[in-house]
This record gives sequence, C-alpha cells and structure tokens, in this order.
Amino acid sequence: MTSVPSPEVLRAPLVVEFPFTRSLGPVQSAFLTGLRERTVLGVRTGDGRTLVPPVEYDPVTAEEIRDLVEVATTGTVTTWAWNHEPRRGQPLDTPFAWVLVKLDGADTALLHALDAPGPDSVYTGMRVRVRWAGERVGAITDIACFEAYDGEAARTGTAPHTGAFDDPVTGIVAAARLDYTYSPGRAQSAYINALSERRTVGERCPSCRKVYVPPRGACPTCGVATVERVEVGPRGTVTTYCIVNIKAKNLDIEVPYVYAHIALDGADLALHARIAGIPYDQVRMGLRVEPVWTEGGRYPDHYRPTGEPDADYDTYKELV
Amino acid sequence: MAPHERPHVAVVAFAQSDHLRTTDELSEVEMLMPVLHEVLAATGLKTSDIGFTCSGSSDYLAGRAFSFTMALDGVGAWPPISESHVEMDGAWALYEAWVKLQTGEADTALVYSYGKSSPGSVRDVLTRQLDPYYVAPLWPDSVALAALQAQALIDAGETDEPALAGIASRSRTAAADNPHAQLKGAVAQGDYAVRPLRTGDCPPIGDGAAAVILAAGDRARELCERPAWISGIDHRIEAHGLGVRDLTASPSTRLAAERAGVFERPVDTAELHAPFTSQEVVLRKALRLADDVTVNPSGGALAANPMMAAGLIRIGEAAARIHRGASDRAVAHATSGPCLQQNLVAVLEGETRD
Ligand SMILES: [Zn+2]
Repeated sequence: MTSVPSPEVLRAPLVVEFPFTRSLGPVQSAFLTGLRERTVLGVRTGDGRTLVPPVEYDPVTAEEIRDLVEVATTGTVTTWAWNHEPRRGQPLDTPFAWVLVKLDGADTALLHALDAPGPDSVYTGMRVRVRWAGERVGAITDIACFEAYDGEAARTGTAPHTGAFDDPVTGIVAAARLDYTYSPGRAQSAYINALSERRTVGERCPSCRKVYVPPRGACPTCGVATVERVEVGPRGTVTTYCIVNIKAKNLDIEVPYVYAHIALDGADLALHARIAGIPYDQVRMGLRVEPVWTEGGRYPDHYRPTGEPDADYDTYKELV
Repeated sequence: MAPHERPHVAVVAFAQSDHLRTTDELSEVEMLMPVLHEVLAATGLKTSDIGFTCSGSSDYLAGRAFSFTMALDGVGAWPPISESHVEMDGAWALYEAWVKLQTGEADTALVYSYGKSSPGSVRDVLTRQLDPYYVAPLWPDSVALAALQAQALIDAGETDEPALAGIASRSRTAAADNPHAQLKGAVAQGDYAVRPLRTGDCPPIGDGAAAVILAAGDRARELCERPAWISGIDHRIEAHGLGVRDLTASPSTRLAAERAGVFERPVDTAELHAPFTSQEVVLRKALRLADDVTVNPSGGALAANPMMAAGLIRIGEAAARIHRGASDRAVAHATSGPCLQQNLVAVLEGETRD
C-alpha cells in the first residue's frame, strides 16, 4: 500500500474513423445526381421561394416539398471568409475563401469554397460560377469550388425539372476521420504502468473501503476520489463465466473457450479474462486461477487454474 | 397541475472548475468530481438527497462512445439514482431538470456538464454536427462558419473589426476578476484566424466542468439565502441550412427571450454564450439589451469556453450574481450549433431586498 506518487500520465494517438453510409431521399438524390450531370437543382416552396441546396421539408412550414427546378451555375456571394490555412478535408489545399453563394434563380445560399488569389479580390456581391470537379460521383464535392466570373448569368429565373436522371445516386458515403491524443488520466495510467511490470493495482475508496480494479479515480458508490493505491492478485477466483462458441473475426483462439469474471485477491470488483489450461466444461464458479503472461504481452494472455481448492461461495458472493 | 400551481424553481448553488488548455493528468470523472463536491457542499446536500440528476457532454469530444457513463461515477450512482443525459451543453440538461421539477416529481436537481477539448481538434470535431449531405463533406470548421457570420455583420454595417476588438478586450478585462477563467486580462487581437476574425475574436480551447443545483419552492429558500429564481426559460432552434438563415439576426434567441419573459422588465446583467465576438453583436440585438446592462462580467466564453459546459456556466454565473446581491434580474443565454443555430434563454430573479 502506497500513497499515489506524482502522475506519469500516458498518452497515445486515437483515430476515430467511420464511413457512414447514408441513403438519400428523392430531393437529395435529384440534387446530388444533378451535380454529377453539371446541373444544379433547387426546390420550390409553397410560397414560391427556391431553396438551393434543396431540402425535403419547408424550413418555415414543415410542408413536404418536391417541386424541383433548375437554377443557374452562376451566382452572387452573400458573405465570405478568407481561409489562409486550409485544413484536412476542405475543398482546396491552397488559401481560399469560404463563401455563401446565392445562385441565379435561388432565394437561399449554398456554402462552398471560392478559389481566389487573395482576400483583396473577394467581396460580398461578387459574381461567381461553379467550377466542376473533373471526376463527379454525385456528391457536394462534385462542385470543386467557385471561381470569379464576370459574364452573363448562365440562366435567368428557374426552369421546372423532373429530377429524373439515368442511374440516379441513391446514397452517399460520408467518410469521417477525427484524430485524438487519448490520455486515460492519473488512475488508469497507474494501472497500465503497473501492468507493464506484471502487477495489478487498484484504488481503495476512502469511504466504503472497496478496492476498484481497474481504478478510474472515483468510487461509483460514494462519488468520491479513490486515492489509496493497492496491489491486488495475482491470484483470483472465478465468480461467473460463459462458454464462447462462436469464433470472432481475426481471433486465433479455438472455440469453445471460457470467458470469466475473476475477482483478484484483495479486489472488490471482478475483472474479465479468458480461462485456459482446463477443459472448457470443467470451469466453475469458485475456481482459483492465476494469470499467464506471454513474452512481450501488455496484460495477462489468460488465466489458468492454480490447483488450490475452490473458494467458498461466501468469500466471493458479493462480487458475482 | 394547473400552470399557476407550477413550483417556482431556483438555482441555489453553482460551481465550476478552473478552465485549462489541457488536463491530461485527469480523466473526465477526475476533472468533474471536485466541482460536484463543491456544489453539493454549498447546499449541504448529499447525492442521496438529490431528486434528479441530469448531465450534458459529447462523445465526439472524448472520441469514445457513452463517455458520460463513466463520469457518473463522480456522482455516486449507487444505490440507483434518477438520472438523465443530454448530448448537448449542460444548459439543456438544466432545462430538462427544470421540466422535471415542474412535474413535482422532484424538488431538487443536480445538473452538471463537462468537456475536454484538449484530446482532439475541436475545430474539426465540431464539423461532425453539420448537415452530413451538403456541408460536412466540405469540413468547414467552427471558426470559418463564425467568420462568415462576422463578415455578414460587417457588410450590414452592424459592426467592424475595431468594435469586435473592443468586445474581446472588454470581456477578457472583466475576466481578470474570474479565478476560473482561462484567458484573463488583455490579450492581443493577433492575426487573422479566418478573416475577418482574428485569434482575439475566438474563444480559447480548453477543458472544464460546471455544476448547478436547482430547488423548488420552500426547499430553495432552505438551501440558499437568496435563491436565483428562474422566472422564465425557453429554447428555440433555426433551420440547419446556413444559407437559409439571415446570419445577422437571431430570431430563435428573440423568440426564446419573449417566451422567457426577458422583455417584461429591464435586466441588469446578461451572461451571453457568445464564443465569438461577432456573436455578441447578434445577441445584444436579439435580446434588446440596453447600454447600461452589464454584459458578461465573468468574461464570457471569450475567456473560457469549455465545450458543453460554457452555456451552463452562463446560467451559473448569472445566478451567482443574484446569490451575492450583485444582480436583481439577469438574463442568461446558451447556444449550440453553428452561427448561433440553437439558443436557450433564462431569466433569473432575486427577491427584493429590504
Ligand atoms: Zn466508496
């Protein structure tokens, strides 16, 4: 038992990535397919306004709207912001302006990037046109960006459009990646650091005296900080278990195998781990086990029987 | 229960952490726990005395699913408590708790929220709250979107860069008296972050937590010498399409303020959740704040903007001024989403002193 020394806090990169697959409704499908075909569609509301980009429900009345119209690929900047340091994933990797552009024929503005030589060349009211991406797939990025334009409007007013295209786009993959530097904090860092020495440490609640493993820095019963570090184990008792019969992907453990809750000696919370070194159908509550470490392992690979007599139920019944 | 019989609910205690750029040595629960203890100690209540607990946080800040469940360990959730969570700023958790107290099912509530922005890049993280079809694939970050709003205000003649610098300076000078603030005293306006916003126009990025205790009726009077009664509270949202909205106005704030009763009598204090200087311009107009109203005496979000807690802190700061007699009628505001998309407004009042 020791008081907690000054923390040596761990840090590691944590990348969260997900390719969300999203289906499109009829209006979004028509709009994004239209972009693939170099056509910009809006939707007409009941009171005659044209929304670009189009939505399926009127933002004022919540009425369903399906009345598609084609608008121009030219328009006017309604507001802008100069982005001198583009970030990952943004439309251009050279300095650019973020712009809201009201396309000719539209009553609302579309957010996108404007390719321009510098902030002095951008202003509200500036005339711009769409620069199409070379390869278009039916996504907002089919508009590569906007660019300055001093010619005629590509179209005046709006024209009704059926929204029908060959091979319509019905879904998008919204890829996302966020990068974090994860730090587990003081208590869990101490737990992980101890594991590297093949020791298991928990923390004792000053109020109820329970020892939590792994420690998270707080007693969930008392709501107070757990500060007294306690070494537990290495031996423990199986409090409950299950037999796994389905092989997980990328797992080279043969089924069936046993996964168990193990109350390490001195701990008031059970850990979970695999049990090996005994036929799966001989694992039982009360079985006494000890950890097995593999070379270079950062936590016990599994637990095996110690050969001791089984623990009496009363010694672990609070932990089941 | 008839409307006129609704329990009168007050903020009776408020606590917040020091807001810091990084808190690597602390897990979320470790950061939160001292704040919970402080707010409970202020009332003498124990967790088991609290009728309802509600929290606000975001998994996207932590990069982990269900991150709020571990923070619950700091409350002491055993034996079981009545608990709820919003994936939003704690101001909305407070709203939920206020509703719970209106039902009469509880007479006290603990509301807390926290956020650690330091593990990730909050500018990128916040892009994930945008429309996933038309906007999020372009990765417009939170500063860029605020800059579009700022330019719209400048073009409309409602502000200019020197005026925005004045808001930044006034806020951070006020924060000099706030021991919890992250940025205190004069801060250089700095270079453009995304023009027209300079680094000085933007909030600091940091970690922090806050907690409030609500109590109804006589319970509030027992727990606090001068309760900050919530005489009105409301929240409203606008269309998610930025190009649909007039970015120079905040009709959702105006409507929430009307419903909360802000305009019935003058307020003396306003705690506004305006992470960007330009947003204060919009909010002052929406809330029709007179020139003599003390705005963000805490320094506001420009001095400390812990995600998911900064809005709750506005309510807490306004309440704390009433507790200590520095205000009689205050308006507190919280926002969520890009360019003030969603807004909550609360009116807090102290009883007349002799
Ligand atoms: Zn305890």
